[in-house]
Amino acid sequence: MTALIETRNLKKIYGTGEATVHALAGVDVKVKRGEFVAIMGPSGSGKSTLMNILGCLDSPTEGEYILDGRVVSQLSREELAEVRNQKLGFIFQAFNLLPRLSTLANVMLPMLYNPDEEVSDDEARNRAVASLEAVGLGSRLDHLPSEISGGQQQRVAIARALVNNPPVILADEPTGNLDSKSSVEIIDILHKLHDNGATIVMVTHEPEIARHAQRVICVRDGLIISDGHDGESECMRSY
Amino acid sequence: MKFKRTLRIAWEGLTLNKVRSFLTTLGVIIGVASVIVMLAVSSGAEAAIADQINALGANLLIVGPMRGMPGASKTMVIDDALAIEEQVVGITGISAEQAPPAQDIKANGVSLEAISVIGTTADFPDVRDYAVADGRYFNAVEDDRKAKVAVLGAGIAKDLFGEFSPIGQTVTVGSTKLTIIGVMEEKGIVSDLDYDGRIYLPINLVFQKYITGMTLSSDRVKTIYVKVESQDKIDSVITQINVLLAERHDVDPAAPDFSVQTQQDIIATQEATTAAFRDLLAWVAGISLLVGGIGIMNIMLVSVTERTREIGLRQALGAKPQDVLMQFLLEAIILSLVGGLVGVILGVGGSYLFNALGTMQTRIVPLSIPLAFGAAAIVGIFFGYYPAAQAAKLEPIVALRHE
Ligand SMILES: Nc1ncnc2c1ncn2[C@@H]1O[C@H](COP(=O)(O)OP(=O)(O)OP(=O)(O)O)[C@@H](O)[C@H]1O
Ligand SMILES: [Mg+2]
Repeated sequence: MTALIETRNLKKIYGTGEATVHALAGVDVKVKRGEFVAIMGPSGSGKSTLMNILGCLDSPTEGEYILDGRVVSQLSREELAEVRNQKLGFIFQAFNLLPRLSTLANVMLPMLYNPDEEVSDDEARNRAVASLEAVGLGSRLDHLPSEISGGQQQRVAIARALVNNPPVILADEPTGNLDSKSSVEIIDILHKLHDNGATIVMVTHEPEIARHAQRVICVRDGLIISDGHDGESECMRSY
Repeated sequence: MKFKRTLRIAWEGLTLNKVRSFLTTLGVIIGVASVIVMLAVSSGAEAAIADQINALGANLLIVGPMRGMPGASKTMVIDDALAIEEQVVGITGISAEQAPPAQDIKANGVSLEAISVIGTTADFPDVRDYAVADGRYFNAVEDDRKAKVAVLGAGIAKDLFGEFSPIGQTVTVGSTKLTIIGVMEEKGIVSDLDYDGRIYLPINLVFQKYITGMTLSSDRVKTIYVKVESQDKIDSVITQINVLLAERHDVDPAAPDFSVQTQQDIIATQEATTAAFRDLLAWVAGISLLVGGIGIMNIMLVSVTERTREIGLRQALGAKPQDVLMQFLLEAIILSLVGGLVGVILGVGGSYLFNALGTMQTRIVPLSIPLAFGAAAIVGIFFGYYPAAQAAKLEPIVALRHE
């Protein structure tokens, strides 16, 4: 099976001269369809930089990124927006829900930007409700983000990431702002998604969370230093 | 429909911050309403002037000394008026008028100070379309004989005698006792003259009793009104008067010491004044609309900055630069269109109200409504575009990281 995600010599360089930072110093990574990958590494090692490029939110200084057979590192802003809408589901550490919209409206947001297919209001609503039910929030449709717990907010964010059925779910420290009980809930949901065939790439600092992934990639100073499939990698021991 | 969706997003954005949206629109509301009201006011003023001038009577010519020419005011005399009446063909009457200094008057135990006295010839009511309401006007014979009679303006009659008829009573004008033979109908103020507040006397009596200290030229008249038979004879009458008076005054017809004006001439002069007034008002209103537009731009810029993270998130979820641009542009356009609509309603309503309350005569200029509304829409697009373009230019990751 070909890789769903593939990067070749990916580099991200910030600043010039003395102040140059190689946030990514040449990253080659392949993720196959249906994999659950955790990315670990110390603070400032380049994990978020990598995730943002994989998520088409940022572009690499050098190198290629191929997503689902398409070289996305050369796409226009419009095309990238479509890729984000159709191929990628994001889960942020800070949830990033719009505070004045209900949970339902938040989950419906991605469908507002679907490029071709015309999603009717009813269908959009049904899909959003189904998505919220899948994360166990079927009874919280009309609440504002401020009216539910952090764990619940992150579940709304997951529902939003799922609503367009993207092949890839990207999560940058999804449990970073949560207590351990909520973290477990979130990781259980991600597990379930994976079991249903989703491809997940997740950044985390916590070994217990990373342990749920099939594969742990360890990053340091903008380079991959280990890539293990058993969850017993060198990176996790070093924490 | 993609547009409908974007429209809804923009609408949601606005309704989430209702107070701010309202305050932003206020600038446009005031701008649009003032454009409509101000044009209605100046158009109303024009209409009022035209009405008043037409109220002088149809087909009226006004003959007077040439304005600004030294000595010209001394050459026009009552005999000129009589010559016009006798020799010019195509007229139905003339009314020569002279106004001596204001006089104190006394009647029925009431005294009034500094009342305008107008000496006229007998055809005055006819020529000026100004009828006698009670009693009668003096006739030509009485005028010739300098009969001691007076006709009161409606206001004067009321001030002196209240509801009672003053006919046959005596009024003392200056130091002369006169018999009141008539009261004019109410006419109000026309071209700044209060017709009701005056008293009308035979012009020859005025020459004798009230023009003092200038005995040599005590037959001078201020204005000769000439009523022409019909519209198509006006040109011919003007020519005859020009020839006749130039000969009588012994002046070159090309540089006369008198002028013959039609009502149209006077209306045109007045309109030039009101046009300047209207232009000024239009500028003021236009500038207030511009200020409203700048208000929209200001708020939209604040809004874009404030909602940078929201923009980043929408981009992360698939919003294209075009979607972001349209969202903010539509917000600005909705603000200005709603402002425009409310402004039109307030402007039209306000104009009617001014009229109904009698504050000002207004006449809504139909064109001003699409004009003001269109200007509001353009203001929205013009001032909304820059902030919207700023929002669309943001890189997703930069916007998302914005604090
Ligand atoms: N916009 C930027 N401008 C300059 N330097 C940046 C920028 N973004 C990231 N960096 C630098 O790039 C390096 C990698 O940052 P990145 O955020 O990817 O680290 P990380 O592994 O996600 O860290 P953490 O675990 O703290 O989230 C850091 O040295 C950081 O200072
Ligand atoms: Mg990070």
